[in-house]
Amino acid sequence: MAGSKEVEWGDIWHNPLGGKERKMLEQKNNNTSEQKNKNTLEQTESKGMSLIVKTITRLTVGLILLYGIYIVLHGHISPGGGFAGGVIIALSFIHLMLAFGKEEVLKRFSSEYITFFEGLGATLFLGIAILGFLAGYFFLDFFVDKGAPFNLFSAGNIPLYNIAIGIKVSSGLFAIFVFLVLLRVIKDKDKQ
Amino acid sequence: MSQLIPLFIVLPLLGAFLNSLFVRKNTKVSDILSLLITFSLSVISFLSLFLVNKYGVLIYKVGGWRPPLGITLVLDGLSSLLLLTVCLVSFFISLYSINYMEKYTSKEKFYTLFLLMLAGMNGVVATGDLFNLFVFLELASVASYALVAFGTEKEELEASFKYAIMSSVASLFILLGIGIIYSFTSTLNMADIAKTLGGSLNKVVVFAGILFFMGFGLKASIVPFHAWLPDAHPSAPAPISASLSGLLIKSLGIYSLVRVIYNVLGLKELFSLPLMFLGTVSIMVGVVLAIGQWDFKRLLAYHSISQVGYIILGIGLGTPLGILGGLFHLFNHSLFKSLLFLNSGAVEYSTGSRQLLKIKDLGLRSKMPFTSLTTLIASLSISGIPPFNGFFSKLIVIFSCIKAGFFGYAFWAIVGSILTLASFMKVYRYSFSTEHTENREIKEVPFFMKLAMLSLSLLCILSSFLFLNKFSNFFLGPAQKTLLEAKNYSTINDFVENVR
Repeated sequence: MAGSKEVEWGDIWHNPLGGKERKMLEQKNNNTSEQKNKNTLEQTESKGMSLIVKTITRLTVGLILLYGIYIVLHGHISPGGGFAGGVIIALSFIHLMLAFGKEEVLKRFSSEYITFFEGLGATLFLGIAILGFLAGYFFLDFFVDKGAPFNLFSAGNIPLYNIAIGIKVSSGLFAIFVFLVLLRVIKDKDKQ
Repeated sequence: MSQLIPLFIVLPLLGAFLNSLFVRKNTKVSDILSLLITFSLSVISFLSLFLVNKYGVLIYKVGGWRPPLGITLVLDGLSSLLLLTVCLVSFFISLYSINYMEKYTSKEKFYTLFLLMLAGMNGVVATGDLFNLFVFLELASVASYALVAFGTEKEELEASFKYAIMSSVASLFILLGIGIIYSFTSTLNMADIAKTLGGSLNKVVVFAGILFFMGFGLKASIVPFHAWLPDAHPSAPAPISASLSGLLIKSLGIYSLVRVIYNVLGLKELFSLPLMFLGTVSIMVGVVLAIGQWDFKRLLAYHSISQVGYIILGIGLGTPLGILGGLFHLFNHSLFKSLLFLNSGAVEYSTGSRQLLKIKDLGLRSKMPFTSLTTLIASLSISGIPPFNGFFSKLIVIFSCIKAGFFGYAFWAIVGSILTLASFMKVYRYSFSTEHTENREIKEVPFFMKLAMLSLSLLCILSSFLFLNKFSNFFLGPAQKTLLEAKNYSTINDFVENVR
């Protein structure tokens, strides 16, 4: 039947872990916060991958993120651009999730944030395009001074489009990954 | 005045993104937002009809780039008629979904997807660039896959998957056709392609035409390509069934097919007979399959195939009267078929079932008077009873067939109309029966659903006046002219200098 409230978009999205699962997780978290003073190291180590992977991740994830931002910002003067850089930024988040487990990451970047940034990227892109109306045409480059070629500040509004696409693609790709991860939880709930 | 054209794409996109950005818990905001946007779009589309009658063709240069190089948005007779249809019906659909979508969670996601689909449909209709058409077509299609699966039950997911596969195959054909045309003419601007080809019957062009015919035919669900429709349309929520059946198969299917084959490739004469033949086969196959159905929405979905057949038959005939009838039936069908789907949604909303055998003992005629009345009007319209709009458009199609000497096609069109009447007598007899053996508390649907259905049924009666010459010259005349003088499309890029 259409319209039953068992498993729906809203459940998967707003309560990423479903009602029951989330409550259990919250209880677990409360327990861990009580025991936090005793053995924090053991608790964090029990989730995710091994200590070696986590240490290497701590070292590399910042570099990956920075490289993604570099690719986005230099999209108009070197190979790459908004999409490629956005994919690399999303990969850094996915890297974190693989190494530390989904709970650790979702505590910091909840699905609400991801949805917000996805909407923000799209709205920014459209907003820049609408600003072209100021100069007379939709999508028109509204900068008067285009800058010297091969400088960072050049090529009119193309870098702005690249940044908007970067935000959109990184959050969108990460959202797809989170969605695929969380969908398994719902399936497990159905089986029980 | 051409500054208005990008608004058809900008406004729904803006609404969709703002919805996903700001609306969390309070879905009233997204109700008002989508209502405002669809209302302003329908006002602008009325305005565009006036502009087309005054200026002829309007062209908008996106980003200020000149036509063969940049992307253009073109507003001519055919696209203004389609824009009017899409925007007007989607306004009533969003009015209806204020109350109807309450029973689903995450209403704002629904509005986001719906507005994205609307942006895609408007973009397909307004664009003047062949690859841009493909992009907007994919935008609307992908949004509609998600909307078909919106209930996330087993059947809905299955139907959505089937629809996604079939529709992707169609997109593949279209993309292949675009690639062939691009390698042959080295341009993607539609008017420029028409100019370069100059109506040549090169084998490459004919092959590309056949690929487009398969691709857009699959989107329009003409008979050999219709298998996805009876699953996909009933599975969606009722407002989406209405917009899929009323708008999507017309803008992505019929409009694109006719625009590409008639205006861009100039294969009007070559594809006339295949279009007419498949149209007639669609009429008969759709209606024969519809008569046996006991699921209200599935029956309506089969009727969509049948009614698309009339449109294709009329436009394929290619005579002035035939094209007029086809376009008139396109407009009418989007009104009464969306109304019928909204009615079936209202029945499902109140009774919880859309199986005709389950609701036949409930005595709905006295319990749901508004839904009963509007279903009666829509049924009479679709089966072609005189004072309603369906009669006039079918009459014009059949009459133009007789006038052109195709008596066989006219005969089958009449038989199809009679069978349509029979199947809707069955629907009305079973769904809105007077006797009720079962005593169940059933309420009439909420206010906004009633308002949307009543205004659509009023439009069903009013649009029959388009039969008169005075109105049809204004509403349908420019679109008819676009298809009748299909070769003139190649010269529209010359208008860029005149009208800014």
